[in-house]
Amino acid sequence: MRAWACYHYELIGYRRTWKGSVFSQFIVPVLFMLSIGLGVGTYVDRGGALGAVDYVSYLAPGLLVSTAMQLAVGESTFPVFSNFEWSRYYYAMQATPVRVRDVLGGLLGFLLTRVLVGAGAFLLVMAVFGAVHSPWLLGTLPVAGLVGLACAGPAIAFAARVTSAANFSLMFRFVLIPLSLFSGVFFPVERLPGWLEPLAYVSPLWHAVELSRQFAFGAFTNAASWHAAYLLVWLVAGWFLAHSSFTRRLQK
Amino acid sequence: MALITARGLQKRFGDLTAVKGIDVQVEPGEAFGFLGPNGAGKSSTMKMIGCVSPRTAGELSILGLDPATHAAEIKARLGVVPQTDNLDVELSVLENLTVYARFFGISRAEARRRALELLEFVQLTERANDRVEPLSGGMKRRLTIARALINEPEIVLLDEPTTGLDPQARHLVWERLFRLKQRGVTLVLTTHYMDEAEQLCDRLVVMDGGKIVAEGSPRELIERHSTREVVELRFSLNEMDELGSIAEKLDGIAQRIETLPDRLLLYAADGDAAIAEVHARGVVPASVLARRSTLEDVFLHITGRTLVD
Amino acid sequence: MLTMVAQAKRASALFERNVVVYKRLPWNIVSGFFEPVLYLFSIGIGVGALVSGTFTVDGEPMSYALFVAPAMMAQSAMSGAMIESAFNLFGKMRYQKLYDAFLATPVGPNEIAWGELSFALARGGAYSAAFLVVMAVMDLTTSWWAVLALPGALLIGLAFGGLGMAIATFLRSWQDFDYVTGIMYVMFLFSGTFAPIALFPAWAQWLVQVTPLYHGVELLRGLTTGQVGPGLIGHAVYLAALAAIGLTIASRRMGKLLLK
Ligand SMILES: Nc1ncnc2c1ncn2[C@@H]1O[C@H](COP(=O)(O)OP(=O)(O)OP(=O)(O)O)[C@@H](O)[C@H]1O
Ligand SMILES: [Mg+2]
Repeated sequence: MRAWACYHYELIGYRRTWKGSVFSQFIVPVLFMLSIGLGVGTYVDRGGALGAVDYVSYLAPGLLVSTAMQLAVGESTFPVFSNFEWSRYYYAMQATPVRVRDVLGGLLGFLLTRVLVGAGAFLLVMAVFGAVHSPWLLGTLPVAGLVGLACAGPAIAFAARVTSAANFSLMFRFVLIPLSLFSGVFFPVERLPGWLEPLAYVSPLWHAVELSRQFAFGAFTNAASWHAAYLLVWLVAGWFLAHSSFTRRLQK
Repeated sequence: MALITARGLQKRFGDLTAVKGIDVQVEPGEAFGFLGPNGAGKSSTMKMIGCVSPRTAGELSILGLDPATHAAEIKARLGVVPQTDNLDVELSVLENLTVYARFFGISRAEARRRALELLEFVQLTERANDRVEPLSGGMKRRLTIARALINEPEIVLLDEPTTGLDPQARHLVWERLFRLKQRGVTLVLTTHYMDEAEQLCDRLVVMDGGKIVAEGSPRELIERHSTREVVELRFSLNEMDELGSIAEKLDGIAQRIETLPDRLLLYAADGDAAIAEVHARGVVPASVLARRSTLEDVFLHITGRTLVD
Repeated sequence: MLTMVAQAKRASALFERNVVVYKRLPWNIVSGFFEPVLYLFSIGIGVGALVSGTFTVDGEPMSYALFVAPAMMAQSAMSGAMIESAFNLFGKMRYQKLYDAFLATPVGPNEIAWGELSFALARGGAYSAAFLVVMAVMDLTTSWWAVLALPGALLIGLAFGGLGMAIATFLRSWQDFDYVTGIMYVMFLFSGTFAPIALFPAWAQWLVQVTPLYHGVELLRGLTTGQVGPGLIGHAVYLAALAAIGLTIASRRMGKLLLK
C-alpha cells in the first residue's frame, strides 16, 4: 500500500531525530507535573478548591492531551514546510504513483504512532505520581490520538499555505500556547472571564481535556459523546482542508 | 610610496602553513593579481591584507599602517569582495548597501545617495527593493562589488571576483572593474583563471603551495617562461597510453614538450612550422591546435602542474 | 575618548541593522511580549484562584498572582536576552557568516558583541517595561520600589546576554542548543517561579540557588512587592558578576573565532 510506504518514510526520518524529541515530548510534561502539579498543587489541595480531587490527578489527564496536541501540531508544521520548501520531498513524490492522500495518510499514521507512544509513557509517569484512579484511564490513549489528528489537519493546511517559516513562531505564540494555557488543563474554564469562556468551548483541546479527565476518573457525563463527536468533526474537516491545501501547493 | 608592502609574510593554521613567507609590493593605481591553484594561499593572504586575519610572522604594511595595530583605520579605506558572497539575506538589495555604509560612519542621506549611484554602476537599479536570495550568482557578485565601493576605497581587494559566473556575467564584472581601474582605484585580486589575470592585471605573482614562484607583468612572465606559440596535439583514445613514446618521436621539433594526461604541448616560436614537422615525422594526431602562450603555460612550466584541474 | 566614541558609533550601526531587519517583522517582536502575559493570566490568575486564601510564602498569606508576576517578568528578560545573544548571534556567526562581512569594515569583534548585546537589552527592556505596565494596571505592584524592577530586568538581560554570547561561542551545532533550551526550560519551571523553593528538598533548594534565574526572580519579586532588604543586593551582585564573566569570555572568544 502506498500510504504504508509514506508511513515508513516518516519513521525512517524519525530514527535520526528521536533523541531530541524525548525532551519535549516526555521530560517537559514530567517537569510540568513536578513544578505546577506538585508545587502549586500543594496549595490547591490545602484549600480543597477542586473538591475531593487532588491537583496532580486533575492536571495529569489534561497535560496528557495537551502534550499530544503540541506534538502533533509541531510535527505537522515545520517538517511539512521543509518538505515543500527545502528538501522538496513532496515534489519528488509527485513523480511517483503516490497520491496526496497517501502522503497525508502516512504522515497522520506516523503522528498517531508518536502520540500514542508518548501518551503511553506518560501513563506510567501518572502511576508514579499516584494519579491512577480507574481502569478507564486507558481510554485517554485514543483521546490523545484523536485530538492529535484533529489538530494536525489544520496545522498541515497552514504549513502548506505559508511562504515563510517565520509564520510558525507566530502561530505557536498566538494560537498554540494560548490554547494550551486556557483550555482547562490547569484550571476549570468556568473560572475564565465571561467573554473568554465561549472561546474555550471552541477549542478542540478543551473537549479533549474534558473527555480525557472523564476517562481518567472513570466517571462519564452525558457530554462525553458530544466531546468525541466534536473532535471527529475537526478530524474530518481538517483532513479535507489539509488535502486541498496540499494539492494546491503541489500545483505551484 | 607603495600602498601594500609585505616582507616574509607568513600565515599558519595549527600545523599547516598556508602562506610561507612572501614578499609583495603594490603601487598606487595598479591592478595587482595573485594567480594560483586551489589551496595556494591566495585567500589567506587577502584576509591578512583585509585585516581580518592576524599574520603569524613577517612584516605587513597597508597604506603605511600596520594591520595589527591600526585595523580600523586601514579598513576604513579598503573595499573587500570576499571569495564567497556574504550578503545580508535579511535585507533588501538597497539596504545591503545603506546599512553597510553605516559601519563606515557614513551619514544616512549620503549612504542612500552613494547606494543608488552604485546600483546604477553595477546595473542593479531595477532590483533595488528585491530580496537578495533570488538574485542570480552574477547579480550577487555585482552587489558585493558595489558594497565594497560604498566607502569610496583607495584599494579594492577582490578574491576570485568571477569564479562560478557564466561568460557573459564575467565580462560584465571585468568591464566594471576596468572602469574602476581607470578611475585610479588600486585593485588587488586573486584568480585561478589566466585569462582573468591577463585581462585585468598590470602585474601579478604566481603562488603555489604558499610561496611566490614567479612575478611580473603577464607579458613578461610569458616571455620569460614560455615560447611565443604553443601547439596542442590530441590523440585518439587508444593512443592515450602511448603519449610518452609519441613525445620521444617528436623530440627536437619544439623548444620544450609537455606531456599531459590527455594531450601533448609543443612550445615553439613558430607553431605552423612545428605542425608541418610533426606531420613530416609521420605522427597523425586526432586534432591539432596552434595558439599563443598564456599564463597557464607559465604556470605549467614553473610547477609542472596545470592551474585548473 | 575619541576612539571610544567611534567604537560606540560602529556598535550602534549593528544595532541599526537589526532595527532595519525587524521593522519588516513587527509581529515577531510584538509576539515575544505576549508569552509571559499569557502565563500570568493562566497560571497566575487562573490557577491563582484555586489557591486563594491558602497560598503562603514564609508562612505569610500572599496573592498568588502577585507571586507569579515578577517571576514571569524575570523569565521574559532571560529568554529575550538569550534569543538575541545566544541563538541569533550563533546563527549569524556560524551559518549566515554575517559578521565576516561586517568585519571587513572598520568594525571589530568587540563592537559587534556590544552592538548585539545592546540590541538584546533594548528588546528585552521594551518587553519588561510593557510587562511592568500590565502589572501596574492589574494592581500587581504594591510599592514604588517596583519602578526599579525595570533596571532589575535589564540587569537580568545583561547577565543572560553575556552568558548567552559566551555559550554561543562554544557550541557547534543547533543540536547543541537543544540542551540550552532544555536548561532554560528547567530554570523557568523551578526557579521559585510557580512555587516557593522552600517546598523542595534541601539539595534541590541548594541547586536552584546556584542558578541565575532564581536570583533574577527573587530580585524582581522583592522590588515589585516592596519587600526590599539587603538580600536584594546579593541577588544583584550575583547577576552583575555573571554578566561580567560572560562578557569577558565572550569578547575574548569572539575575537578568536571571527579573526582567524
Ligand atoms: N581558517 C582556516 N583554518 C585552517 N586552515 C585553513 C584556514 N583557511 C585556510 N586554510 C588552509 O590554508 C591553505 C590555503 O588556503 P587558501 O584559502 O588561502 O587558499 P586559496 O589559494 O585561496 O585557494 P582557493 O583557490 O581554493 O580559494 C589551504 O590548505 C586551506 O585548507
Ligand atoms: Mg581562496
